[in-house]
Amino acid sequence: MNYVALKMLFGDRPKYLMLLAGLTFSTMLIVQQGSIFWGLMTWSQSGITNVNAPVWVTDSNINQVEEIKPLADTTVNVVRSVSGVEWAVPLYKGVQRARLRDGNYEQIALVGIESSTLIGRPARVLEGNIKELRSPDAVAIDQLGVERLGGPKNIHLGTTFEINDHRVRVVAIVQTQKSFQNFPFVYTTYERALSVTPEERRKLSYVLVSPVSGISPEELAGRIHEQTGLGAFTEDQFGWKTIRWILQNTGIGVNFGTTVLLGFIVGMAISGQTFYLFTVENLPQFGALKAIGASTGMLARMILLQSFTVGSIGYGVGVGLATLFGLTAAGGDRLPFKETWPLLVGVAVALLLICSVSSVISIRKLAKLEPAIVFRG
Amino acid sequence: MSGNPSPTLNHDSAHWLVQARGVVKSFGEGETRIPVLKGVDLHVAHGEVLLLVGPSGSGKTTLLSVIAGILESDEGEVRILGESILELSASEKTKFRRDHLGFIFQQYHLLPTLTAVENAAVPLLIRGVAKHEALAQAEKILGSMGMGERLAALPTRLSGGEQQRVAIARALVSDPQLLLCDEPTANLDGETGHRIVQQLHDIGKQHDRGVIIVTHDTRIFEFGDRIVHMEDGRVDQIQEGQGTPV
Repeated sequence: MNYVALKMLFGDRPKYLMLLAGLTFSTMLIVQQGSIFWGLMTWSQSGITNVNAPVWVTDSNINQVEEIKPLADTTVNVVRSVSGVEWAVPLYKGVQRARLRDGNYEQIALVGIESSTLIGRPARVLEGNIKELRSPDAVAIDQLGVERLGGPKNIHLGTTFEINDHRVRVVAIVQTQKSFQNFPFVYTTYERALSVTPEERRKLSYVLVSPVSGISPEELAGRIHEQTGLGAFTEDQFGWKTIRWILQNTGIGVNFGTTVLLGFIVGMAISGQTFYLFTVENLPQFGALKAIGASTGMLARMILLQSFTVGSIGYGVGVGLATLFGLTAAGGDRLPFKETWPLLVGVAVALLLICSVSSVISIRKLAKLEPAIVFRG
Repeated sequence: MSGNPSPTLNHDSAHWLVQARGVVKSFGEGETRIPVLKGVDLHVAHGEVLLLVGPSGSGKTTLLSVIAGILESDEGEVRILGESILELSASEKTKFRRDHLGFIFQQYHLLPTLTAVENAAVPLLIRGVAKHEALAQAEKILGSMGMGERLAALPTRLSGGEQQRVAIARALVSDPQLLLCDEPTANLDGETGHRIVQQLHDIGKQHDRGVIIVTHDTRIFEFGDRIVHMEDGRVDQIQEGQGTPV
């Protein structure tokens, strides 16, 4: 009877298209909004992921990566004294102003990395040599910086501009993950970062740490916190701490959650109602099938097959459209868009739930259906 | 007319295809309870075409539903092919209907998105017969009914007579022993109705089956072996018809 079920589904074109549209819209909305949400969360952690250090040591009251609470310069040595530390290096991070050749200003996220090891440098260098950072006035700039500071024609290797009235020279162009604040990243050495930024008593933003072999980052972070009273987190812990802070202190979670819920409800409402109508309008036919000898179980299987078939098609089309959006509108890091497999699995489960609930409503109707209705003219 | 309102049952199961005795059925509860069947006795022999006639509300369709096992009676006994249908569980009744009964409905109840041949094949598909085999059998039976040219037509493209022929093909495709027909000519013009009932009559006779036809249509009385008149939930009269005697 699978053949009959599918012919009933595809043959009633208006209802099939209505069902498909509802489920596609629902899937697309959830995937698109979910991907943008996760893209934003990924951007929010870019300050961590771009640096790529196993353990971050921070002020004990820090809430998230962008909330910089400077540490005393001696902190690096304090951390180095904790057993299990293989290396510990300073990191400067702060928002500064870059003055362009045309006189305009642009805000940048300045990152100062330890000059001898260059730990904290971005993983991918697009042009130039990152080791040149050790030369006088040298900075590396990311792809967003190139775009913001005047485009490839004006910003290239050898270009100079000013940070807080200090002349700097581009020696490398690097690729980074965009940040939540959408500031370009400019890398230089830790010492130069201190020299081009305004005077403050404390300028050390973070201490980056790696454990010796045999000690996990979690264990080392716990040990540092215990022995020094400083905040110490693994990369993952710091990332999730940042995400939790954003969800608790901004409307982003509620906003995206509401939209995703709306997509779920709209999908549920449209498919549930359309399926119910589909069943009600075909009640005499289903009654006839029951009279002829189709069991309620057989009719339930037909309904489930119809529901999951249109659900699968809707899922495919919806994910396809959302992906297309990601590749076009959000392509090239213009919008935060991160389509992950857990999201796709989650949406599949949500759709499964929508289809199941829609089917159950119809199956209940069919289970109660008296086949005797077929003898009522 | 025989004037026998309550025929005595012959309990020779081999002779009778259908034996119904003392069937009582009411609808509603308490003060709104309406008795529809008030102790009906009915028997149908192998190879018999029995017409069930009577005014609206006399209980014909309810009796047909009870015989088909799709409505529970309050009292009484119904045996089809020796099987006490009222004692079967719901799933056993479904299986019994699937294996032994054929249905023709007044409104045809063809699936609108299936072609004529697909509609006719439905009972075989319910039985789990492979699609290509079911369609081949349905095609054969529709061909024998003069519908060979209309196999791929959807019900909306068929005339009333053609739809009823598809419904008959659907009822016959699984080779049932008992055909239950509810007003099969109600929506047909006289000539088409005549031809349809002639086909039903011939089928019943040729294959030694039994046919019960609920009808108001006096024009088809000539095809019944017996005409059972119902009145107010009881068998009022049994009239010998002009069909071939059993």
